[in-house]
Amino acid sequence: MKVLVPVKRVIDYNVKARVKADQTGVDLANVKMSMNPFCEIAVEEAVRLKEKGAATEVVAVSVGPTQAQETLRTALAMGADRAILVQTDQDLEPLAVAKVLKAIIGEESPELVLMGKQAIDGDNNAVGQMLAAILDWPQATFASAVEIHGGKAKVTREVDGGLQTIDVDLPAVVTADLRLNEPRYASLPNIMKAKKKPLDVKELGSLGVDTAPRLKVVKVTEPPKRTAGIKVETAGDLVTNLKTAGVL
Amino acid sequence: MAVLVIADHDNATLKDNTHKVVTAAQGIGGDVDILVAGTNTAAIAAAAAKISGVRKVLTAESAELGQGLAEAVADLIVGLAPGYDAILTPATSQGKNFSPRVAAKLDVAQISDVTDVVSADTFTHPIYAGNAMETVQSGDAKKVLTVRPTAFKAAAEGGSAKVESVAAPGAPAKTHFLDQKIVKSARPELGAAKIVVSGGRAMGSAEEFQKVIEPLADKLGAAVGASRAAVDAGYAPNDYQVGQTGKVVAPELYIAIGISGAIQHLAGMKDSKVIVAINKDGDAPIFQVADFGLVSDYKTAVPDLMSALTAAGK
Repeated sequence: MKVLVPVKRVIDYNVKARVKADQTGVDLANVKMSMNPFCEIAVEEAVRLKEKGAATEVVAVSVGPTQAQETLRTALAMGADRAILVQTDQDLEPLAVAKVLKAIIGEESPELVLMGKQAIDGDNNAVGQMLAAILDWPQATFASAVEIHGGKAKVTREVDGGLQTIDVDLPAVVTADLRLNEPRYASLPNIMKAKKKPLDVKELGSLGVDTAPRLKVVKVTEPPKRTAGIKVETAGDLVTNLKTAGVL
Repeated sequence: MAVLVIADHDNATLKDNTHKVVTAAQGIGGDVDILVAGTNTAAIAAAAAKISGVRKVLTAESAELGQGLAEAVADLIVGLAPGYDAILTPATSQGKNFSPRVAAKLDVAQISDVTDVVSADTFTHPIYAGNAMETVQSGDAKKVLTVRPTAFKAAAEGGSAKVESVAAPGAPAKTHFLDQKIVKSARPELGAAKIVVSGGRAMGSAEEFQKVIEPLADKLGAAVGASRAAVDAGYAPNDYQVGQTGKVVAPELYIAIGISGAIQHLAGMKDSKVIVAINKDGDAPIFQVADFGLVSDYKTAVPDLMSALTAAGK
């Protein structure tokens, strides 16, 4: 079974995004970039499926700028076998990313697409569901456990108030939630080995996919600020203040 | 103009999120209809019909809709889509599951987690864990939005919309429901609670989390939340998670205990009316958003707070 793992290069999880003064977007100049945390979880799960013998090949794919090659090298160092970069400097919307991934899937024919539920830049939580829709594949989002058995994936999903378990016929799209696994750190020897693994670069234009934006960004602003209140000395003072504030 | 709002319910009762999304829909303008898809829809539809300003309530029933299978729910909505200019879904985990599938089937760019309806085609939503608010204008003929319920006031009741049933789509061929485990809790739901008590990594273990956080929550009639760090460490289940990647809450009172206040946690609770932080590290970022801060170890502060609440008649 071939597993395709889409990954995204995003602002590092520990960096606070700052809005540009001209309100055109978020300032990413000289900001540390890393693999999106949910994509790391997806790569880890794919590599574990291979280690268990359920998967035969793990292909990482990214849609983004030249620097996204570094993100793909991270996926290779974690254990992916090869990588594909669809190179573009455009910031594509989720629907366009789904269409690009569909084109890659047409070439690669994976039985499973395993990807993060959400990227921490746009926070859209949409590409996996959209990809499943346009492929007319089943989807299993927000996975906290994945088990491959007889042409199906048994997926435990995080739902409001608990867990749901479903079987999806392969090929399918599965999106990873936080508790699916704890991603490994790539070891130095594996980072060195990853440099020799194949990384294929395609120009976005060569795929013939309509990626024209549907949304026009009017402005990007700072969220309303909350100011610090007071420090109280004791739990008793706290209760008094909360009563005064009318919330107890 | 007509807008379709997808009702939030648990196959038994209508949830208040629906009322809030109706308010967002009214911001777009035109007739507002509500779709109740699931099982046992009669009572839920009757409740939805009472929301003021609603034209009609549509119901569709099947086992798969009740299970919330994305393929079934999306098929149903896509079938109804020709009659609507906009389709609004509460940004719950259920809504986030099927709404992008609907958008892609309609070849529309979804706008996720909308917090403000600027006009019929322009919407604001948080990006970068809520550190930026993006306003976008949609060029699509049909709008597909998920709406963050806490950003809107609940629409009033007093309406009497008619209820119509529509045919449910066939069962999805490639997705099979196996099992669902919903934790039954006497506590209010996290997303709808007036008071939320949340614990962080400082708890150190699942046992400590239960011993410290839950009695305080029960004393206050509060829901229990947790930081991502506490969920990550296995101290609390995932559906307790408050934050950009978990649940976004805006209760009257939010009490953060042993939570440092990472960006992603603040994104999930900073719209609460009153925020209380209890943390032994006086420099923790949580104090920058807290109305009332108590710099103290939770091990002494929480028992003290329990006694003070008892003394105050709670």
